Amino acid sequence: MSTQTIAGAAQASGQYTTEFPLECRDVGRTFLVGKGFFSEKKTLRAVQNISLKVRRGEVLAVVGESGCGKTTLAKMLLGLLQPSSGEIFMEGMPINEVDIRQIARHVQPVFQDPYSSLNPRKTIESIVSLPLKVHNIGDAESQRKRVEEVLEMCEMPKRLVHSYPSQLSGGQRQRVAIARALVMKPEILVCDEPTSALDVSVQAHILNLLQDLRDELNLTYVFISHNLAVVEHLADTVAVMYLGRLIEYGPKDQIFNDPKHPYTRALLDSFLTPDPTQDVPEIAMGRGFPNPLDPPTGCAFHPRCARVMDVCSKVRPEQTTVNGIKLECHLYPPATQQAAE
Amino acid sequence: MTTKQKVIDVQNLKVDIGVPAGTLHAVSGISFHVNQGETLCIVGESGCGKSITALALMNLLPKKAKLTADKMELQGANMLAMNEAQFNTLRGDRMSMIFQDPMTSLNPVYRVGDQMEEVYIQHGKGGRKEAHERAIFLLDKVGITAAKSRLIQFPHQLSGGLRQRIMIAMMLMCDPALIIADEPTTALDVTIQAQILNTLHSLQKEFNTAMILITHDLGVVARVADQVAVMYAGKFVETGTAMEVFTQPTHPYTQGLMACIPTPGKAALNGGRLGSIPGIVPSLVGDMEGCLFRNRCASIRPECEVGAEIAMNTLGEGRGYRCIMSVEECAKQAQVQILSEAS
Repeated sequence: MSTQTIAGAAQASGQYTTEFPLECRDVGRTFLVGKGFFSEKKTLRAVQNISLKVRRGEVLAVVGESGCGKTTLAKMLLGLLQPSSGEIFMEGMPINEVDIRQIARHVQPVFQDPYSSLNPRKTIESIVSLPLKVHNIGDAESQRKRVEEVLEMCEMPKRLVHSYPSQLSGGQRQRVAIARALVMKPEILVCDEPTSALDVSVQAHILNLLQDLRDELNLTYVFISHNLAVVEHLADTVAVMYLGRLIEYGPKDQIFNDPKHPYTRALLDSFLTPDPTQDVPEIAMGRGFPNPLDPPTGCAFHPRCARVMDVCSKVRPEQTTVNGIKLECHLYPPATQQAAE
Repeated sequence: MTTKQKVIDVQNLKVDIGVPAGTLHAVSGISFHVNQGETLCIVGESGCGKSITALALMNLLPKKAKLTADKMELQGANMLAMNEAQFNTLRGDRMSMIFQDPMTSLNPVYRVGDQMEEVYIQHGKGGRKEAHERAIFLLDKVGITAAKSRLIQFPHQLSGGLRQRIMIAMMLMCDPALIIADEPTTALDVTIQAQILNTLHSLQKEFNTAMILITHDLGVVARVADQVAVMYAGKFVETGTAMEVFTQPTHPYTQGLMACIPTPGKAALNGGRLGSIPGIVPSLVGDMEGCLFRNRCASIRPECEVGAEIAMNTLGEGRGYRCIMSVEECAKQAQVQILSEAS
């Protein structure tokens, strides 16, 4: 058994679980933000108390508005940021015990903007083969072969290997970004809004490609998006974030058919299906996204909530489980949890 | 008001841009009109000429772009004969525009109140006091609370949604006859997008303004549009009311676009695959012949390759499509495509 890979090391230490390649236990991350040279630094809680498990082969979608901590969470899952509290486990191993190189072999990112995430002065071949060179995998010949193989998998024409990113269209660039992520044969892809910079027709290509790759390579995706249509299409499990907290987390069908948290409901209501018989929806939600440096007391969502109660502004809701969905909302107190089960 | 008044009437608008390789036909012969209180949505992929059309209407095209048209009238006034000074009196007064990115379209070094009032005073609608009152009135209309304190803030102190609301209010300062909105909600979150669209839509109905909304989001189009024009490679390939275009998409491109969007329930239907349009938008440089969509079309025929451009088949008032196939053939083709994708 090799201890070269995380899975190997985890098996050696007896912590390996086949079911959940990625797990967060009570993960939090804070940043110190200075407003000026002399003023005191403030604590920004970007992510708070997040616990989730990613099942092997599934697509976990993380949704929420900008500034809710989605990208911070993604960076922690990639091992690029250390959590300030809680622990992340990769194949059952605590992530801070794993070498960053091995994390890179295991988890790879695909970023939002294919225009800024590729080095404009390198050819496609050198962009895609760079991870292999960094990790010293194979000789030049086998690296070249692997690059060709992975580009073909991503449906990129062979003639483009010596082109530069500026010569490619947005969709092709995103394919290159996916190819670069896959060249190390990772188990997990963390996709941070991979299609939001693309046209609908190109988005459809990329989504189909991601779907095919998943079937072919048995990949696990953590898919960060604010586009609920895409989430509905791709995800198995949905995690809704608001101001750094996980407010609703469960199987996609349940969340889309019967959203429980008022915020999830508002998100789903504001999602515009192409249906000419319907009007623009009225969103019963206050306007301002709160300042994360000075979050509201109690439930962070209460100033915008349509069903706000007295208790909401005073006490932070505890996490409860209703029909397999994890929730943080006073509408579902632990008492109804027992009633529902 | 008995008959609906045409606010803007454009016939055969063309925009050519000189590039080193020849002439780029950014917009090649589009015709449309928008009535008072109605919304025309122009939808298409990036690079199809949507934004150039908007800039052409506002006379904000780059210097090297050449505009020709048979007719371009705003409330009966011939825009083709106007000089820059006359356009200056139109822009912001009779027609105003709202852009995609509210950060870059507001001046960062002026307070938002000053920027809003300037439009009003510049067009001679009244003095500073009236302008101030009008600004407060409109901020209230677009749903901004504590309008007075917002007016003395700078753009960087406001969130993206608030900035876009301020842009909408600023656009309405002089009660324009025509609003041109170029992807007004693309840069915003979904929840904010719905709110902004709602504001824009209800204010447009309230002030009985004509609106041209440019977007690539078919969800937005379906909810807001009265008339829809699907644009491809500088031409309208299909036009009609929102109901017609969404329930009976006829041109293969429109059908392709509809198949591309993930909608609830679709994942289960097609084995998790979305429909897609192969290939990319053709280069618009040089002379063009035949159908410009032919390289990406599933039902290409020899006739598509050569000859003059495909003419618009008119099916009724404002309803038409640009394809050599009949409506029945197009509908049949769509069926075949869905079947082959499902298998």
